[in-house]
Amino acid sequence: MKIGVFVCHCGSNIAGTVDVVQVAEAAKSMPEVAFAQDTMYACSEPGQQGIIDAIKEKGLDGAVVASCTPRMHGSTFMRTVARAGLNPYMFEMANIREHVSWIGKDKVANTRKAIDLVRMAVAKLAQNRPLYSQSFSINKRVMIIGGGVAGIQAALDCADGGLEVVLVEKTTTIGGKMAKLDKTFPTVDCSSCILGPRMVDVAQHPNITLHASAEVDEVFGYVGNYQVEVRKKATYVNWKTCTGCGACMEKCPSKKSRDPFNELIGTTTAINIPFPQAIPKRASIDRDSCIKFKTGKCGICAKVCPTKAIDYDQQDEMITEEVGAIIAATGFDLMDWHVYGQYGAGRYPDVITSLQYERMLSASGPTGGHIKRPSDKKEPKTIVFIQCVGSRDKSVGRPYCTGFCCMYTAKQAILTKDHIPDSESYVFYMDIRAPGKMYDEFTRRAMEEYGAKYVRGRVSMVYPQDGKMIVRGVDTLAGAQVEVEADLVVLAVGAEGAAGSAQLAEKLRISYDSYGFFMEGHPKLKPVETNTAGVYLAGCAQGPKDIPSSVAQGSAAAAKVLSLFSKDQLQSDPQVSKVDLKRCVGCMKCALTCPFGAIKETEVRGEIKAQVIETICQGCGICTSTCRQGAIQLQNFTDNQILAEVNALLSSETEEA
Amino acid sequence: MDKELRIVGFLCNWCSYGGADTAGVGRFVQPTDLRIIRMPCSGRIDPLFVLKTLIGGADGVLVSGCHPRDCHYAEGNYYARRRLEVLKRFLPVIGIDPGRFEYTWVSASEGQRWQHVVTTFTNQIHALGPVQRIGRQSLATACSLGTVLEPLA
Repeated sequence: MKIGVFVCHCGSNIAGTVDVVQVAEAAKSMPEVAFAQDTMYACSEPGQQGIIDAIKEKGLDGAVVASCTPRMHGSTFMRTVARAGLNPYMFEMANIREHVSWIGKDKVANTRKAIDLVRMAVAKLAQNRPLYSQSFSINKRVMIIGGGVAGIQAALDCADGGLEVVLVEKTTTIGGKMAKLDKTFPTVDCSSCILGPRMVDVAQHPNITLHASAEVDEVFGYVGNYQVEVRKKATYVNWKTCTGCGACMEKCPSKKSRDPFNELIGTTTAINIPFPQAIPKRASIDRDSCIKFKTGKCGICAKVCPTKAIDYDQQDEMITEEVGAIIAATGFDLMDWHVYGQYGAGRYPDVITSLQYERMLSASGPTGGHIKRPSDKKEPKTIVFIQCVGSRDKSVGRPYCTGFCCMYTAKQAILTKDHIPDSESYVFYMDIRAPGKMYDEFTRRAMEEYGAKYVRGRVSMVYPQDGKMIVRGVDTLAGAQVEVEADLVVLAVGAEGAAGSAQLAEKLRISYDSYGFFMEGHPKLKPVETNTAGVYLAGCAQGPKDIPSSVAQGSAAAAKVLSLFSKDQLQSDPQVSKVDLKRCVGCMKCALTCPFGAIKETEVRGEIKAQVIETICQGCGICTSTCRQGAIQLQNFTDNQILAEVNALLSSETEEA
Repeated sequence: MDKELRIVGFLCNWCSYGGADTAGVGRFVQPTDLRIIRMPCSGRIDPLFVLKTLIGGADGVLVSGCHPRDCHYAEGNYYARRRLEVLKRFLPVIGIDPGRFEYTWVSASEGQRWQHVVTTFTNQIHALGPVQRIGRQSLATACSLGTVLEPLA
């Protein structure tokens, strides 16, 4: 076999700390290497052309590129090799950038390591075989998990693109966090006025099936052919007959039930529709508050319901949806700020969260749009906003900037002045981060036009005294301690991944970080893809973002799904397992361990043998390490190839010694 | 640090290999002893790979995959965990210091954790020192199961 080795400088990224010329020189002495050279940028057009020319001129059978991670340019170079007329799988990569030049400063050690990695890649490639894809059909339906603004945008874009959309929302209405907002920055336009019509569009779109009060239970399958088990949670109201008239809400005697939509600052009835514009506009019973469920005596809602929709015996219902792609748009939750003992940790009623304040500002909120402090319902005159509560704070494990708190605080300061003209707002901040279109102008307006007093410094303590909240902090610009007597304290609480996002990520087989945010395929170039084919991300599920960015990402995810579905057939990855019938004894242990059900029993001349269904096999190789006979081998990751890499490395050491 | 030792890392492509990439992108400086072999999944790692690597003269072997419950292939790392735990307990039986082998979980976002894992493991191997080289013949004898079982019989 004639192998070519191409060692990339990557400008100074690699060449700075690895002697690439020496690596190429060393490669020439490796077995089966017929050609080796260093190249400035292997991935550039001339770099790729150089590889193609060398393959053609020297009649190479395979190529090793020593450059960056295969997760970055693996497919780029496979296409290059294919353009030169070789099978794209006659290619291996040695990662001498992320794993060598960027993590070590010692040029001698780095060069030695790079030579080893090339030697290993060559040894592996020497046993590569050409592989050929198979095509399989795709189910052109898409599931969107999460009905916030990002999910709504993705659903509408997909549906307008002609796809059948299944939207799964865990609460009883879509709208997400945006539906709870009063106004939006930097235009101060009414949130529900712009979101409401889009919610109605979702309800009325012929291509969208909406499952509210539903959660994803399990996900099976692979890109193009996912089966998703959806649990429709019992609402104790038959939504087919409920008309959303609200008669039950009027008569429900349990009027002081917890109200999650109003962030628990207001109360609602045990049977309720979260807000007037809810989609679907259907009632549901909160089991924990309902008298019927608690004592068995009541049943008033069932008596007054004109359509006899109440069903106390309703059970969760399981449905299976078959889709080809999934968009996760599960959004965020506010961090639990009760770890902040210095802010009262939830002990003081007049210290509230930004989202609670938002509900208070909203005309459809529990106070009818009047700002009232929770303790005595009086109108506050001095309001202190504290920024970065659960953002940029390592001490509570939230080192990142949530990004939108500076903006919503400025908005709330402006709205406060509109609501109570003789009020005073103080904002304690670390830095003002307002990097969007018209954002900085907006925060300046809050200060200059609306007179919000911005104090740069942290608050050390909040405590009650004589009916006021004393906010003690430092003004780092003035270099002095400050104390403000506040009527109300509003905490700008940072965002984290929505509750349950980690569990969902595990079901979807995508990565997530320790804050519950899903990981994108590449932070710059694949911001909506995940590393699992056919699963995309939108909105705050990927990381905190404001409404414009969430909407943009929702559309981007929809575009990705539409481009995936623009083909009728997908090409399978041929790096799948293959059974050596002579060795297989038909014990079927491989089939037992296969997570995808990709191995089935077959009969060959009266003997039971394993058979791999190539389009279902995902190429994990669990079967290969299970098979005692070594009969089932993952193509291009065979036992022999991995051990060849090990031997190449270990033998190189013997030479040195 | 003293002379470089031979440490082999078997890493799952989706999490730990990505975590090592993340560490590289973040320029988290690490010892240079480790050579990484990319695997599709930690479940692909046959314990025999580890054994053959150690018997072949490596000073240490590190395996890393996705955190349990967070496997790209749903359950590969559970198989890995079972097999590798058994392997770790088995190593002293054939006369290999179990400290020369570790398995761990690093996600693709945990660049800093990867730096920590590599540094700690490399230091651990350096503390153990280079593995004792023995001739091929005596090695084969020492590793054959017969030698181990004889005293028991």
